[in-house]
Amino acid sequence: MLLRRILLRLLQAVPTLAGVAVLVFVLVRIVPGDPVAMMIPPGADDAVVLRLHALYGLDKPLPAQFVTWAEQALTGNFGISITTRQSVTSLIASRLPATLELVMLATVLAVLLGVALAVFGTRFSGRAGEIVVDGVTGFLLAVPDFLWGLAFIVLFGVLLPLLPISGRSDPTQAIDLATDFTLIESFVRLRWGIAADVLSHMAMPATALALPLAAMIARVLKTSLAEQMGQDYALLSRVKGFSRWHVIVAEALRNAAIPTVSLTGVQVTFLVGGTVLIEKIFSYPGIGNLAIDAVINRDLPLIQGLILTFAVIFIFINLALDLSYAALDPRLRHG
Amino acid sequence: MNLTRRGLVAGGVSLATATSLMPLRAARADAGSVTIAYNVGLPAWDPTVGPSAVNPTIQAIYQAVFDQYIGQNPDLSFTGGLVEKWGWNEAATGIWMDIRAGAVWHDGSPVTPDDVVWSLTRAGDPKGGNPIQFIWGNLSNFKINGQRVTADAKQYDPVLFKWMAFLTGYVLPRAYFEKVGPDGFEKKPVGSGPYMVDAFERNAFLRLKANPHYWGGKPAIETVVFNFITDASARVAAIESGGADVTLEIPYEEYDRLRGKAGLKGVTTPVSDIGMIFITNVDPVMLDANVRHAMVKSVDKKLLVQKLLRGYGVPIDTLEAPQYAAFDPSIKTPYDPAGAAKLLAASGYSKDKPAKFTIQTTRGFKPKDYEMIQAIVGMWRKVGIEASIEVYEIAKHYELRAAHKLDPAAFYNWGNSIGDPTTSTGFAMFSHSPHSAWRSDDVDALINPLWGEKDEKKRIAGWKAVDKYIADNALVLPLLQYVQPIVHKANLKVVPHISGALQPQRFSRA
Repeated sequence: MLLRRILLRLLQAVPTLAGVAVLVFVLVRIVPGDPVAMMIPPGADDAVVLRLHALYGLDKPLPAQFVTWAEQALTGNFGISITTRQSVTSLIASRLPATLELVMLATVLAVLLGVALAVFGTRFSGRAGEIVVDGVTGFLLAVPDFLWGLAFIVLFGVLLPLLPISGRSDPTQAIDLATDFTLIESFVRLRWGIAADVLSHMAMPATALALPLAAMIARVLKTSLAEQMGQDYALLSRVKGFSRWHVIVAEALRNAAIPTVSLTGVQVTFLVGGTVLIEKIFSYPGIGNLAIDAVINRDLPLIQGLILTFAVIFIFINLALDLSYAALDPRLRHG
Repeated sequence: MNLTRRGLVAGGVSLATATSLMPLRAARADAGSVTIAYNVGLPAWDPTVGPSAVNPTIQAIYQAVFDQYIGQNPDLSFTGGLVEKWGWNEAATGIWMDIRAGAVWHDGSPVTPDDVVWSLTRAGDPKGGNPIQFIWGNLSNFKINGQRVTADAKQYDPVLFKWMAFLTGYVLPRAYFEKVGPDGFEKKPVGSGPYMVDAFERNAFLRLKANPHYWGGKPAIETVVFNFITDASARVAAIESGGADVTLEIPYEEYDRLRGKAGLKGVTTPVSDIGMIFITNVDPVMLDANVRHAMVKSVDKKLLVQKLLRGYGVPIDTLEAPQYAAFDPSIKTPYDPAGAAKLLAASGYSKDKPAKFTIQTTRGFKPKDYEMIQAIVGMWRKVGIEASIEVYEIAKHYELRAAHKLDPAAFYNWGNSIGDPTTSTGFAMFSHSPHSAWRSDDVDALINPLWGEKDEKKRIAGWKAVDKYIADNALVLPLLQYVQPIVHKANLKVVPHISGALQPQRFSRA
């Protein structure tokens, strides 16, 4: 049943990805800016320009360019980056783990903080505590993630220099790990020094990404919890003598989580998009940072590869979401 | 939930353990290291192919790792690189170069004349992807005799050797490159320069180690880290927090603030980069010389530099900065708004009936670029020119310029680190260049004979005459020479380079 669901969703992803591929191919060629025009050196004549267009395959008709690119993309080859002269696939593969870890850490922080705020607000419902929680979540929602990032740089990078403001690890230290999943691998291999270093670099960008999402989670979850606390089973538990904390955390939270999971999944896709600006501000070497450089330099193959990568990430997030519904709600496991 | 004493103690111990694992922010593992908060990332390691090769902002990194054929001092004068001596033969049909003996690649193998020949041949290959191939392709029939290399030239090029100190003018190791291929070279680049690549993470950092066998002497700083921080605010934060030892390209307001702080110093230098307004001769309004002259005369460049750039800039009247070979201080286009208004009146324009056109500009690409254009538009308005501003990205500027579709006026900057007039006035104003905006036969007629002029004095005098003609006819509006601000720790000595390249090999401890 579960396997069938997964296969069906993966099959549905194919036309989605095909549509994204066509759309991005057309869009990047409509947007002003010719990558060759940006590299024409002083003194070059028209022959040089023509030669450079031919070298990068930009002299062929658009349909021919698309067919060539699509044929290669089906085999996982997204071409060569104009700016870096490297395989787009290997470039993205080397940068993707950094973004995935950042998104993962931000999501974990958002969920922890959001759930904590929601539980606290529900516990003190109708009292000053709830007003405080509503105020905090309102403030967190009002400030966009990039502004949090800049504020953190000033607060924790300059005024109280506790955390590094750029990069993914200390550049003066060698890191000998096997994969680019630096954080995960360092934990698995019990390399605590590296783990601490990477975490200290990720703390500010991950928190900047997490805060608006945490506020959203807190609000939706608090509303759901309030509903659940009014249900018979919750009232019965209270009558039996269980504390409000126990009823909220041990009984109502699971039932209240379903709409929150749905929202979180959708918002995580926005969070992935948010990594673009955050990675730039913190000079964090993920695919978001790569995407900005690709757009500025009109690196067409790299832009196409990155957008398809983002599309694949969104598809997998939605798949994970579906699976988590089934885990939370037994009724969904049996169709 | 009850808060117990046990829970409180457990929480405190966990917090203490967690914080003890955090590395001390201010600790530096290596006292012999310098961290540069650098403003751009490095897209690719091969300094001779692709867009990176013609990106002036990353040449400093290439110059730290690779040697150029010919070197350049901070005052833009030329000096021996891997080519110690050079020249043209008497008939000016070929060149000779004496290759430096004793230089070694970072992998320990010797630099040979064959490496120089291979690098030049590769650079001149039309299929190689070198954007400056049209210069290198002039050479052929290379011969090696000991340390001397000779080659035939299809035509005399007075700037050929200057190009060897300019974009893509780098020598690469033939044996290593052929062994590992382009992909292997990108993963582990090898040069003969003062620094060796120790670690590189794209968009993050580059760590260099001093080359102990460098022919020019081992650099004073053992380890140099380039932290690629493209956001200016983050660079300011990095130097202010002590996370970086040097930074550059920060707003001038921040430069003034930071250099006054204890433990920090600032140094500025005019660089080989100018701001200018292209004038195109497509729109009829620009064909009117009175309008063009009025545009030039009504701009108070000194005021722009003083008010917008806090005095960090040098007003210029031609496309030649003071350090360039063809700079002529006698060519002046003085500020004269009353004269501008008279010229416009002669053409039937006034404040009530202004000359109208659009001016294109970037925003945030160069310091205060948009604000400068806003101020200039205001100055024009006072004399009878009404210009509307269109903001675009630099990518669109390049595309429009190459297609000769720029608006009647367009702001741009022009770098020229070899300071030769061919690479500033020449390529900016010659109509067959994809970079020119004003295209006319009269200017071409003046420029054409200079491309192959063998008499250097006559050549420079010729370019000065071209600049005078351009100024007399107001075919372009030069604005200012940019000044590069560098902030560094007080215990460090930084030598600025007029090319704008921040070269760590010139750092030393104060």
